[in-house]
Amino acid sequence: MNKPRFTFWKLVLGGLLLAGAYALTLRFVRGLGASTNLSDAFPWGLWVGFKLFSVALAGGGFTLAAVVHIFNLKRYQPILRPIILTAFLGYSMFIISLIIDLGRPYRVWHPLVMWNDHSVMFEIAWCVMLYTTVLLLEFIPALFERLKWKRALSLVHGITIPVVIAGVILSTLHQSSLGSLYLIVPGKLYPLWYSPFEPVFFFLSAVCAGIAMVIFESWHSSKAFGKQLELPLLVGLGRVLAVALSVYVTVRILDMVHRGVFHLLVLPRTETYLFLLEAALLVTPMLLLFWTRVHQRLTGLYLCSVLTLLGVVTNRMNVAITGMEASSGTYYFPRWTEFAITLSLVASAFALFALAVKYLPVFPQVRESGMFRVAQPAPGVAKSRLRAPEFTDVRS
Amino acid sequence: MSKALLYDATLCIDCKRCEEACAEQNGLPYNETIAAEPQSEHKYTAVLNKNEKYMRRLCMNCQDPACASACPVAALRKTPEGPVIYEADRCMGCRYCMLACPFNVPKYEWGKLLPKVRKCTMCSNRVQKGLQTACAEVCPTGATRFGEREQLIAEAKQRIHANPGQYVNHIYGLDEVGGTSVLLLSSVPFEEFGYPGAMLDEAMPLLTFRVLSKVPDVVTLGGVLLGGIWWITSRRADVAAAEKAEKEGPGHGERGERDE
Repeated sequence: MNKPRFTFWKLVLGGLLLAGAYALTLRFVRGLGASTNLSDAFPWGLWVGFKLFSVALAGGGFTLAAVVHIFNLKRYQPILRPIILTAFLGYSMFIISLIIDLGRPYRVWHPLVMWNDHSVMFEIAWCVMLYTTVLLLEFIPALFERLKWKRALSLVHGITIPVVIAGVILSTLHQSSLGSLYLIVPGKLYPLWYSPFEPVFFFLSAVCAGIAMVIFESWHSSKAFGKQLELPLLVGLGRVLAVALSVYVTVRILDMVHRGVFHLLVLPRTETYLFLLEAALLVTPMLLLFWTRVHQRLTGLYLCSVLTLLGVVTNRMNVAITGMEASSGTYYFPRWTEFAITLSLVASAFALFALAVKYLPVFPQVRESGMFRVAQPAPGVAKSRLRAPEFTDVRS
Repeated sequence: MSKALLYDATLCIDCKRCEEACAEQNGLPYNETIAAEPQSEHKYTAVLNKNEKYMRRLCMNCQDPACASACPVAALRKTPEGPVIYEADRCMGCRYCMLACPFNVPKYEWGKLLPKVRKCTMCSNRVQKGLQTACAEVCPTGATRFGEREQLIAEAKQRIHANPGQYVNHIYGLDEVGGTSVLLLSSVPFEEFGYPGAMLDEAMPLLTFRVLSKVPDVVTLGGVLLGGIWWITSRRADVAAAEKAEKEGPGHGERGERDE
């Protein structure tokens, strides 16, 4: 391993965590008003944007679980576990940032007992809670394998299918509901983004982000751990991403046509520029991925996945911040504390991922093709797996 | 029957006694500095003055409030008497009500460590006792009047009809967002005082509930669909595995359709 680079990233991580811890202290000692740039005119800021996209980027969890377990495409199994882990970390960050953002964090459990079934937020609270449990159940076999708890392992394997089905349904519900949150602000969200089909857009773009995340992560795990999906599988995913992006982009264009908002694109406003940025980040990979020279190559696929992820992040930020600014009558730019806490959450997610990979069989070497059968006992020493060569296709 | 407030800006003299009475009623500080301030977390109503034209701002206490539908823990609630009340003990501080409110009414105690949402609750404790709101009681000119919503609407219509040139021909709050418990009359457009002009005539909660009401269907249909797909694909895999075992052949083909 490249030692100086390793130390550099450790330093970055340490710095971010320190800044985050300081910002967190300020937030809990001085309160939201003194430690953030939030106000009566702009009650939802960067943290809400972060929550929206952390869940979208975790969309790979339900997409790939459905592909592997429901559509039975077992050749994608090798990347499933790291994706489930990513999703689990994404949702954990969502919950942590929610707790930080809440005015009274110690009441975060209130939706459990105080119900309002007309509230989108209530539905999201329940779905996120249940789906995080689902993700835990989907990932826990890695821990049981490591501990060699065979009984617990076969128990969890026995409920795989119902758990995965519940996970897909819960994800469909709350991914779209994060868009539904904004249905109630027709007078506030800028018309380039406000649409009665916002829930559909949020769901479709979460699927796009999910697929892009699988490619992205496969590439990175190959760099870091010498493991990745075989190129044909990634090429297949690239094609699926091309189609998913096309569907998403088409639906958004149709919606804009029907609402007659294209004339807004000539106005020299911040909203226009950031909308065009978002559009460019999503349309470019869509077009490139149809080009054989791009989608047949790892670098091309990787580049397109990065563009897609950035596009979805930009979309969520635009909905949460850019699109809400004009109607609020104020100018909102996050305070450094908001950035520090957000970045340190991202950094901790990366660090936790690396830790989990080090100590748990996140990348199991070879799996049997049978769905319910327990994977081959994981090798005892984690390090030996890290040096292992690329995955071999289960059926070859 | 549901109670309401009718504020007629043409009768208002900007004496700000409603502001003072409101502060007293809600245990809030009031002085000359505060009198000049707009609505805030320590001032639930404000009389605005624009070129000697006046207008009150306060919670509209909507008939079907966006805030109450938005609140995940039902801390905000429309009472049958009219007021939209807030139970601080339930609130966890997500601030979705502030985002959802079309009139930007709910304010937050940003300066406090354990903040609450603050807004006019139409003196719900007084109204429940059969009293009128503090602001209506104290108003010396009758600019703010308290009564049955239906009667106040009839009266507002009659005032516009009797003095056609004096009013904008519109009762603000009659149809806005499905109707509100605060009704406004004015001689100048309401937009000039920050009231949103182009409002939906249907209740805001419908916008989200139309989607939310489909949740049970998505769960049921999704379960059947995904279960069905799994049943087919897993059966196919079982058959393929059995055939492979029978032939003891090299075993490829049935899954190789995508591996080019």
